[in-house]
This record gives sequence, structure tokens and C-alpha cells, in this order.
Amino acid sequence: MAKVKGLRCRECGRDYPVEPIHVCEFCFGPLEVVYDYEEIRKSISREKIESGPKSLWRYADLLPVENPTVGLTAGFTPLKKAEKLGEALGLRNLYIKDDSVNHPTLSFKDRVVSVAISKAKEFGFDTAACASTGNLANSVAAHCAQAGLNCYVFIPANLETQKIFGSLVFNPTVVAVEGTYDDVNRLCSEIANDQGWAFVNINIRPYYAEGSKTLAFEVVEQLGWRAPDAVVAPAASGSLYTKIWKGLKELKEVGLIDSVSTRMYGAQAEGCSPIAQAWKEGRDFIKPVRPNTIAKSIAIGNPADGIYALQTTKESGGDWETATDEEIIEGMKLLAETEGIFTETAGGTTIAVLKKLVQKGAFDPDEIVVAYITGNGYKTLEVLDGHLSEPVRIQATLKDFKEKVLARV
Amino acid sequence: MAVTVRVPTPLRRLTDGQGEVEVDAKTVREAIEKLEEQYPGFKERLLDENGELRRFVNLYLNDEDIRFLKGADTELKDGDVLSIVPAIAGGR
Repeated sequence: MAKVKGLRCRECGRDYPVEPIHVCEFCFGPLEVVYDYEEIRKSISREKIESGPKSLWRYADLLPVENPTVGLTAGFTPLKKAEKLGEALGLRNLYIKDDSVNHPTLSFKDRVVSVAISKAKEFGFDTAACASTGNLANSVAAHCAQAGLNCYVFIPANLETQKIFGSLVFNPTVVAVEGTYDDVNRLCSEIANDQGWAFVNINIRPYYAEGSKTLAFEVVEQLGWRAPDAVVAPAASGSLYTKIWKGLKELKEVGLIDSVSTRMYGAQAEGCSPIAQAWKEGRDFIKPVRPNTIAKSIAIGNPADGIYALQTTKESGGDWETATDEEIIEGMKLLAETEGIFTETAGGTTIAVLKKLVQKGAFDPDEIVVAYITGNGYKTLEVLDGHLSEPVRIQATLKDFKEKVLARV
Repeated sequence: MAVTVRVPTPLRRLTDGQGEVEVDAKTVREAIEKLEEQYPGFKERLLDENGELRRFVNLYLNDEDIRFLKGADTELKDGDVLSIVPAIAGGR
């Protein structure tokens, strides 16, 4: 594999071969894929990418898969100029990267999972699994169905009903664990020791996480090959947030763009904000918390990449903000009413935080700001119960229409 | 106190591939010392230069994070299960 040199421990720098492993045997630090940028630089070009498939695989040169076989339609989602939301907030160049319409399961997870399951196939696994708060489970179940792999998804038992159905329809084994996501994750880490399964976010994690870089690649290409001035992204484990930054830097490394001066802003729900709290208190370590928020898809109390997220913020000159449950709902409604995009709670968190950052003066009004919308609102309809107006009920008569509908205006 | 220690894959090279080993110890700290005696290499992998648990290692006593208990001073009793779990995992 010419483009990939191997895996390397992010903490102590020890090298490892390309295998289904994710932590260093010596210090337990996370392993990361190391690329041969010199080699990649020779063959990669804007033209080659632009003539590639209309999916994240147009960036295959910077992904750790030799032969993509699964999730061939994931990625390349719209980058929408948000004129109305921008006007409401006072930003003239605001863009929404809309992964609420990612294929096939309507969240950014289709990116990481298409990479992870393709890699799992390369390694020869016959079973894939994951610990998930819902979106990942949906995506793993769908991609296992595509790939013909056996599938086990582990979720906290209290998840939104729609997200559970969204996995069950693909007929995996869904294991609902009594406990929080962090409990599920710990259990899965122990199961992964012995089962010989491809746990996409455990032993396949180094490869899986690389898929998030495509969120950066696409935005740069869609902006006409330039990095945005600022990015606002939601954070749970902190992986997506740090990988967007890695993606931006890689594009410079391989010569596709000249400079990156993007400021990275992170969004968390107030009821689960271990990274934002660490940032605000000036800590370089994370204190685990017990989540309590409606934003279940980003409710990770012990974020694996938390410290790297903090480093990213520091390196890029960014910041963190949090949103209360009420602000999250308002954020979802604001995006829907201004841009016609229906996102889930994680997206509501991002929009609420974007608004707070604008109020804090984080952006110049002419700067190019990209807000990442990572999930779809149709999956978590129940959180809106009681927060929207009611339908106007009428009889099928013109009289009722005039009296009850027109009279309202 | 006879305690079962669950060993994660990255450390099984030290235990000849065994996923569970027994140690006799009164506290978590002592359990780590005993592991080191029986399987040299354990201590430096679990503890940093200051003798603190490395930040990428989680230890669970009967499924509860020892950081929510008394850390390395947490007492052990007969039949306890101590799990060593790499902290790096997950992403919703």
C-alpha cells in the first residue's frame, strides 16, 4: 500500500503495521494512519479529484482503503450558501455543509462507515459491530446489509424510537444496553477483545476516523479550492472536529491549497460538554461527565479525542460554546425556518452555538464561515413534541377554511 | 484477596495470550504491583512516570470506573473483577 505507510501512536510515536488495531501496546495512546504525502503529492491534483466519482471516494488518495467496495455513494453532500440564516445572524458568507442528506442513512456517519466497512472487508472480517448513540448504528447496519456482513449494533436502551427502527430495518442484531453511551462503549471494548469482529469505532477506529476528513476536503473543493476562515462543528468524541482540521492541513501538505488559516469552533450541548468545559477552564485534560441532554447523538461523557480537540482549538485559534436544550430546539427551528433544512439535535446545537459565537464577535461579517450539519431531523421527531405549532383542523368546507384558516392571518 | 484481572488484547503479549489472570491484592495499586511481578512490563504500561494511571487507560472495578471510586487506592475484595480497558474507543 504505497500511499499508507502504516499506523503510528499519536502519543509516543511507535510505529505499527496496517492491522485491525487501535491502541498502542506501550502507552495505550490512539493509533493514527500515517500517509506518504511525498508519494501522494506526485499523483494527486485538483483535476483528478474533480473528474472522480461524485462521492467521498474522489478523495481516495487520502483515505486508508485500497479497494473501496462498500458505501460507494456516501459523501459529496451539498454546501449551501445560507443567505437567509446569514442575514438573520449578520454573516454575509455563511455556508451550511449539509450532511443531513448523506447517503444512505442521512448523517455524516455514512462517511466514516463506508471507509470502515470497506476496510473491514479488506481485512477479511465476516462480522462488523459498533457502539452507538443511533446514527452510527443506522449506518453500520445499512452498510453491513450492502456488504453481506453479519452485524451487531450496541446502543443505550433509552435511545429515540426512530433511531432504533432506523437500525432494525436492516436486520442486524440490535443490543440495547441498560446504561449510558459510555457504558456501552466500555462493554464493547471488552467484547472486542475476544470476538474477532470488526468494531468500526474500536479496532477499526484508526481507519474509520479518517472518513471524517472528507468533510474538510469537500468544503474546500466546493468553495473553489480555498479553506474557510472559520468552521463550526459539533463534538461528541471530538473525532470529527479534529479530523476536519487534519483534512484541511493535509490538503496543504499535498499541495492542493496554499494556506490554511481556518479557526475551528466546537459546539457541545450544555448537558454534556466535557470538552467545552475543559477549554473554558484552561485545562488540557478532560474530566468525564454524566450526560444529561436532549442531544443524545452527541452525548459522550468521556470523549476519546477530547484532548486532541483542545489542541486543535489552540492551534487554530478557535473557541468552544455550549447550548442548552431549549437553545438546541430553537437552533433546529431557526435552520428549518431560514434555510429549509431539518436537522437533528446535534445540528440544533451547532446553529445555537454559531449564533452565540456571532454575538461574542467571533467572526468578521464578511468571513467565510462553514457550519457543519451532521444529522437529519426526521430521525428524532419526538424531541420536537410540544415545541411546534399545531395543525389547523377544519371540516372539508369553504366556510371552515375561511373562518379558521384565513381568519388567522 | 483473589481478584480476577481482565486483560485487553494489546497487553496479552505479556500474559502469553491469556485474557484473564488472577492476582492476590488488597488495593488496585497492589494489584498492579502483583501483575508486574507475575508478568513483567505491566506496570510501565499502566502507570506513568509519576505512578499515576496513564490517561489512556481506564480501570473498572466490577464495571465501575475507579476514577469514580478511590482511584489506585480503591480496596479490593475476594472475587472482584478488575478490567483494564483502553480509553480510546467510540464516536457515537
